Amino acid sequence: MTGREIPKIGKTVPRQDALSKVTGQEKYAVDYYARDFLWAGVKRAGVPHGLVKKIETEKAQALPGVIKVLTYKDVPGTNRQGVVRKDQPVLVKEKVRHCGDPIALVLAQDIETLRRALDLVTLCYEPLPAVLDPEEALKESAPIVQEENPQGNILLKGNLETGNVDLAFKECDAIVEASFKFPHQEHAYLETEGGYAILKEDGILEMTVSTQTPFRDRSEVAEALGWDQEKIRIIVPYCGGAFGGKDGVSVQTLLGLAAIQCPNRPVKMWWDREESFLASSKRHPCRLHYRLGAKFDGTFHALAASIYYDTGPYDHLGGVVMALGLEHAGGPYQIPNVRLQAWSVYTNNPIGGAFRGFGVPQVTAAMEQMVDMVAEKINLSPLEIRLRNRVKKGGKNSLGMNLTGSVGLEECLIKVREHPFWTEKEKWKSLAGPFRKRGVGVASVMQGMGYGPIVPDYGNAKIELTEEGRFRIYSGVVDMGQGNATTCLQIAGHILNQDSSHLELVLPDTARTLPSGSASASRTTYTFGNALIEASQKLKHRLLERAAGLFMAEEMEEIELRPGRIKHVPTGKEIFLPDLAKILDESETVATHTFQAPVAKEFPTEDQALKLHGIPHTIFSYGAHLACVEVDELTGEVEVKRYLAVSDCGKVINPQILEQQIQGGIAQGLGYALYEDFIVQGGKAQTRNLSTYIVPTSLDVPDLESIPVEIGEPSGPFGLKGAGEIAMDGPLPAIANAIADACGIRIFRSPMTPQRVFKALKEKEEGNS
Amino acid sequence: MKISFILNGKKIEIDAPPDRRVVDLLREDLNLTGTKEGCGEGECGACTILVNGESRLSCLMLAPQLEGQKVTTIEGLASAEKLHPIQQAFVEFGAVQCGFCSPGMVLASTNLLQKNPNPSRAEIREGISGNFCRCTGYQKIVDAVEAAARKMKI
Ligand code: FES
Ligand code: FES
Repeated sequence: MTGREIPKIGKTVPRQDALSKVTGQEKYAVDYYARDFLWAGVKRAGVPHGLVKKIETEKAQALPGVIKVLTYKDVPGTNRQGVVRKDQPVLVKEKVRHCGDPIALVLAQDIETLRRALDLVTLCYEPLPAVLDPEEALKESAPIVQEENPQGNILLKGNLETGNVDLAFKECDAIVEASFKFPHQEHAYLETEGGYAILKEDGILEMTVSTQTPFRDRSEVAEALGWDQEKIRIIVPYCGGAFGGKDGVSVQTLLGLAAIQCPNRPVKMWWDREESFLASSKRHPCRLHYRLGAKFDGTFHALAASIYYDTGPYDHLGGVVMALGLEHAGGPYQIPNVRLQAWSVYTNNPIGGAFRGFGVPQVTAAMEQMVDMVAEKINLSPLEIRLRNRVKKGGKNSLGMNLTGSVGLEECLIKVREHPFWTEKEKWKSLAGPFRKRGVGVASVMQGMGYGPIVPDYGNAKIELTEEGRFRIYSGVVDMGQGNATTCLQIAGHILNQDSSHLELVLPDTARTLPSGSASASRTTYTFGNALIEASQKLKHRLLERAAGLFMAEEMEEIELRPGRIKHVPTGKEIFLPDLAKILDESETVATHTFQAPVAKEFPTEDQALKLHGIPHTIFSYGAHLACVEVDELTGEVEVKRYLAVSDCGKVINPQILEQQIQGGIAQGLGYALYEDFIVQGGKAQTRNLSTYIVPTSLDVPDLESIPVEIGEPSGPFGLKGAGEIAMDGPLPAIANAIADACGIRIFRSPMTPQRVFKALKEKEEGNS
Repeated sequence: MKISFILNGKKIEIDAPPDRRVVDLLREDLNLTGTKEGCGEGECGACTILVNGESRLSCLMLAPQLEGQKVTTIEGLASAEKLHPIQQAFVEFGAVQCGFCSPGMVLASTNLLQKNPNPSRAEIREGISGNFCRCTGYQKIVDAVEAAARKMKI
């Protein structure tokens, strides 16, 4: 936020972080090179499953310039980390469970020595048969990944059922069935995991890291390392991208361990791209088997789905991701008879974790293709069938839950239906050149917001009038690029009638800001924004009251808060905020507020584990996406020519930031649909860098049209709902449906590469001849 | 070995081993951390700098290659009190999200507009295609470069 204007809600204010970022002044966690710092690095297993026999560190230890080589023996605490279940070691003791498992931590004077020392650490192990396929993993005979888990390789399973599904399928006029398979997706944030830590003389373990979850990390580090939580401080600068991949511990426990072994020495760790690919969590690969039945009039009558999420060897967030997928598996439709089953399964593949959409992109990709397939069977337009079955406010969703939050899906679908991309599609399609086919596809999307019914979902805002007469906002939630820091300033500035020169921001820091949960789950601005509105109003009220006393005003209306000062309108007298701050007690210059997000009052299940893992949500954002694609019949190459996303994310506070979220989400979804394939063979990653893992470039993403329908959500800050994830859900199914419209083929998996498309085209041709 | 070159308008001399990567030299030895590293393999463009006005990947360059050259990093693009029009446009048009690609993007765009002051949107997309951005979907970056080009002509 720049300039002298008072920020308005609903108007674009340029991001306050843009200036420092675009001039290279902004310091990210990886940008610190303290004097005399040490490099820390990790030796990784390189095998997917095996029993540790010995970890040989002597040679590395003997290398000049090596300060320490640490193994599990050196971890003072539980050596366990994890968000829900603590089933992941900081450093491996008995068993390796995936190739990226950390075996030893090396501290060295410089990075070359570190690299050489890491090469000298060797792991002697006895190989174990690896669990590589989530459906195979469920068989009796499968080797076990987590011995302590009472359910074998099942981390979590869930079942949601309404109506009478078996009978209902018999009553359907059209039934479609299909299986889908989606691979790992790598976040590929541009800033890989990193930061630095130091154990200070006063016993405080301080670290500056790139994370979405400073407060949760703090307790994880404390437990794993046996360090007093009160003596850990985590500071989080702006992150260079995260998208869910920094939801949870990456370098934190390792850096902490390194630092406590070398008191008073700053220690830096920065994973290179290959290590980031190897060790970080990814979007869960997913297998889905769907069956959808409808009546002749187009109403959905029955749905059955079995869904397998491959969560890798650790819980991380695998149970919660699966639960959110399960909850969204029926899409934003009213369906009277539904049976949904999902499993989150332990394997020896890379770790599955949070990634924008959180289990929802996979189920949306399947369900939205099913919708098109059934529409084709009963000869109904893809938009009409969606309009016919859409959820409505006050109505029920596919889980039989009454929707109490705002629902703008109908408005979104209608906007798509009125858009020239839709109304003029036949003409556009007819203009494809020789050996090229064009098609238009749509998809509905929805994304629940927040943590669900059990885990407390709260924001704690704090705002302070400083001695300089500025308002300082203590942001409890990380800004990893979404722009919520700017939105905070916009909200506070609007309420307090201050321009940016009178506003300042403290980024998340466990020693200064208040815990407000994770920067995830499309909750950040909703939850923290609500808290900040109240805190700002409290402070405003207090200041005006004090000023009214000073001015001996008769009515509160006579007093106005202006930029940098308070004015008594009838007399024209003013008091400047620094002067007011001086006469106030500290307790008066600070206001805080806790906002707790509303939770659902009814439950689609009595399964306590599912509730704990977040089912159900009560507020959802919605949207309708449309993709126009062109397929090259000679190569199978698919080009997205135009893209439209109509989104119901409530009222818009900052249109530019909303567009950023929608456009960025679409680009990642487009990569997921067409290019991104994190290939794992025998538990080993084959895509090790950005030359083999293909993310969209500026040539692959067309101009994207984003239209908000601004239906206010009464519980949201100024009517807003979450917007961070939803755009990720649409591109894969919309593009798949567009390819089907163009060529009459379906790939049933992603990415839809030229090879796969070409093969499907060939098979279709052979089938026809 | 001693290496002397012009860095952001100032002549400097620095001692560095001959195999020192330029990105490390800038970030670690000269504290110019505006130059980012996203891959270290020439794939992402985050480490872009200008050498004699041409965009170069500093993760693929070694210190001796700077000898006698004119180097501009993101810190040296703006003048003391004024942003470069491309930087200004990036701020205004919302081309910055996490911002980790921004220094490289801005420098690549500077080089692009120097070569082609009047690019079409497709030419802009072509010109920045070596710079990877995971956040924006590129549209607002293209908008910003387009606007900057217009402004720089006046
Ligand atoms: S860091 Fe140089 S191209 Fe990626
Ligand atoms: S703004 Fe984050 S990578 Fe471009």
